[in-house]
Amino acid sequence: MASIWIKNARVIDPAAKRDARGDLCLADGRIVDGFSAAQKKAARQLDARGLVACPGLVDIHVHLREPGQTHKETIQTGTAAAAAGGFTTVVCMPNTSPVADNAGTIEYIHNAIEHDAVVHVYPTGCITVGQQGGQLAPTGTLKRAGVVAITDDGRCVQNNELMRRAAEYAKMFDLPIMDHCQDEALTQDAVMNEGVMSTRLGLRGWPHAAEDIIVSRNVILSTYTGGHIHLQHITSKYAVDLIRRAKGRGVRVTAEATPHHLALTEAALAGYDPNFKMNPPLRTEEDRRALVEGLRDGTIDCVATDHAPHTDYEKDKEFDYAPFGIIGLETALPVVLDVLHRRAKFSLPDVLALLTHRPAALLRLPAGTLAAGAPADVTLFDPDKEWKYDAKAGFSKSSNSPWHGQTLAGRVKTTIVAGRVVFDGTKIVD
Amino acid sequence: MPWTRRHLIAIEELSRAEIEQIHLTTAAFRKILQRSVKKVPALRGKTIVNLFFEPSTRTRIAFEMAAKRLSADVISFDAARSSTTKGETLRDTAQNIQALNADMIVLRHSAAGSPLYLSRLLDIPVINAGDGAHEHPTQALLDTFTMKEHLGSLEGRKVVILGDVLFSRVARSNIWALTKLKADVTLVGPSTLVPHWFTDLGVQVSHDLKSALADAEVIMLLRIQHERQTSSHFPSLNEYTSMFGLNKTRASWLNPKAIIMHPGPINRGVEIDSDLADSHRSVILEQVHNGIAVRMAALYLCAGGQPEAVLSTA
Repeated sequence: MASIWIKNARVIDPAAKRDARGDLCLADGRIVDGFSAAQKKAARQLDARGLVACPGLVDIHVHLREPGQTHKETIQTGTAAAAAGGFTTVVCMPNTSPVADNAGTIEYIHNAIEHDAVVHVYPTGCITVGQQGGQLAPTGTLKRAGVVAITDDGRCVQNNELMRRAAEYAKMFDLPIMDHCQDEALTQDAVMNEGVMSTRLGLRGWPHAAEDIIVSRNVILSTYTGGHIHLQHITSKYAVDLIRRAKGRGVRVTAEATPHHLALTEAALAGYDPNFKMNPPLRTEEDRRALVEGLRDGTIDCVATDHAPHTDYEKDKEFDYAPFGIIGLETALPVVLDVLHRRAKFSLPDVLALLTHRPAALLRLPAGTLAAGAPADVTLFDPDKEWKYDAKAGFSKSSNSPWHGQTLAGRVKTTIVAGRVVFDGTKIVD
Repeated sequence: MPWTRRHLIAIEELSRAEIEQIHLTTAAFRKILQRSVKKVPALRGKTIVNLFFEPSTRTRIAFEMAAKRLSADVISFDAARSSTTKGETLRDTAQNIQALNADMIVLRHSAAGSPLYLSRLLDIPVINAGDGAHEHPTQALLDTFTMKEHLGSLEGRKVVILGDVLFSRVARSNIWALTKLKADVTLVGPSTLVPHWFTDLGVQVSHDLKSALADAEVIMLLRIQHERQTSSHFPSLNEYTSMFGLNKTRASWLNPKAIIMHPGPINRGVEIDSDLADSHRSVILEQVHNGIAVRMAALYLCAGGQPEAVLSTA
């Protein structure tokens, strides 16, 4: 493996509070302190003038759809999209077909990762058998098979007793539970946020109370059991407040927000475009602002995309019938830079913390820093470069994005995984 | 002012002038319908396809009759017996119908937004005959037409819409039409079926029947839609009737000249006493009758016709 000498970059490593112009040296798949004259001569040079060099981005919430839904995405195409978006580490959800509620499926996923993945992938396993919410999946066996968390993502464990046992049991293995906070009885047939907009559009409303109730439930159960419960894709301002107060008392809950809930509101649904249909739904401007403030004060720990590919023929239909979810890996960085850095005035290091060491620390992944000895996962990007996003020409197998056709500012130029360039700004490098 | 719309999707997007143009055209077509020869050649050679994915009696027959009175060829499509049962999507079904040279589609669908979706997909005009709980524009046009016949201008007139507003596309279209025509609209019903968010649309919301009905000049009843309710929005039909059903006592609270309306189908004995539905105050069958002329106007205008041309022949 050739060593790489990144020159003249603005090196930002939020974990080490480093933000300075300088060089970055990569050798043998690791970050190194510096190169000798001979090493410099031998190294591949990357001129990063005008670019930011940061730890490869980390996304703890993606759907790679393999096994079983490879018409939507594969581990190869999903991780190519990740690389193109500057992500070097992703955590994939277990709601595949079959669902990853057993060691065999995790083994299959690991094999596919070994053969096809462009970036680091860490799988999660299910909380319950078949994600049916009735019986615990073999958590210990899943942990041994290499999962980094358990989650029924896409579904939410409705039975409080079972959730209590899951939290208690997973704590023994030091395994976080990631919960998709949705009271199903409150959201029957619901397709968008409940309020003025759903009233106008005649669409079935999804009250934020459905999220608030489960967030409260999880705060209570985390307090009671001491287990770590991570609250996925938070959208409601009440939920943000609940989490803030729980954290103030030292409860072991953590939370994430998606770029789409940070950037968009229910107002975008006026045209019934299913590319704005997600679970949980887009909320109001007040909720959106509360998410931004939640990220600012640390109530919400990180940004995660909930990258959820669906084919055109699945997504392009009557709003009620279209599946929930959008892809996000290739647009997350520019969207988050726009919302948090340019509009909400977060510093660049603060924004990057939410996409690097903070999500990595949450699941204790070996990623998210440029410290000497760390894996040589590095992303180089131009924070201001404008480009037109064509979802159909993207790397994901699907193109269900609300940002299709839009001009975004902030473009990934190079993605390096374990000391090797995997994305060169235009294509995946084998 | 010339008519410029090709599609009729929602009253929300219409201006007051456009609503009045449709009403004028409707009046002209209604005159024509009183002649011994009720047919006009306006849409001769055109094919209109009624795409109905939900059951309908009144709306479908009225659209069919309207198309026939305009001399169009009309094909009514019963979703239960079509390829949609083999899994064909709305997109494919509609594109096939366009490929079969249809000139216009009339769509009734349970999914809100589907007429808008089709109108973006196809080159031919799309008329919304009811989409989920969103809108039912021709119903509101015939309702407001009927009201104007009885009351004249609707400005400042007190109109009460009573019943299952939450799931009602008829209510939404009427809210837009009536507020654009400057009527004073109050929605009444159980708080679970008349959520406060409706006030954002420029109407009042009340759960007190007596004060809401006081001096109302129009009471529009809505059917309790059991089929759209996924959970219990009120305890029972009996309780609904006892709290909100229109009976003789409650009808006496209305303005003495008030008219009683209902878009149909009626649940007799639930939202309205059977006697009242048949009383002289009820204009329910007039509404149905006006439904033909309104749909003639909608089809004619969206096919490229102009109001003046009908007005001069009527």
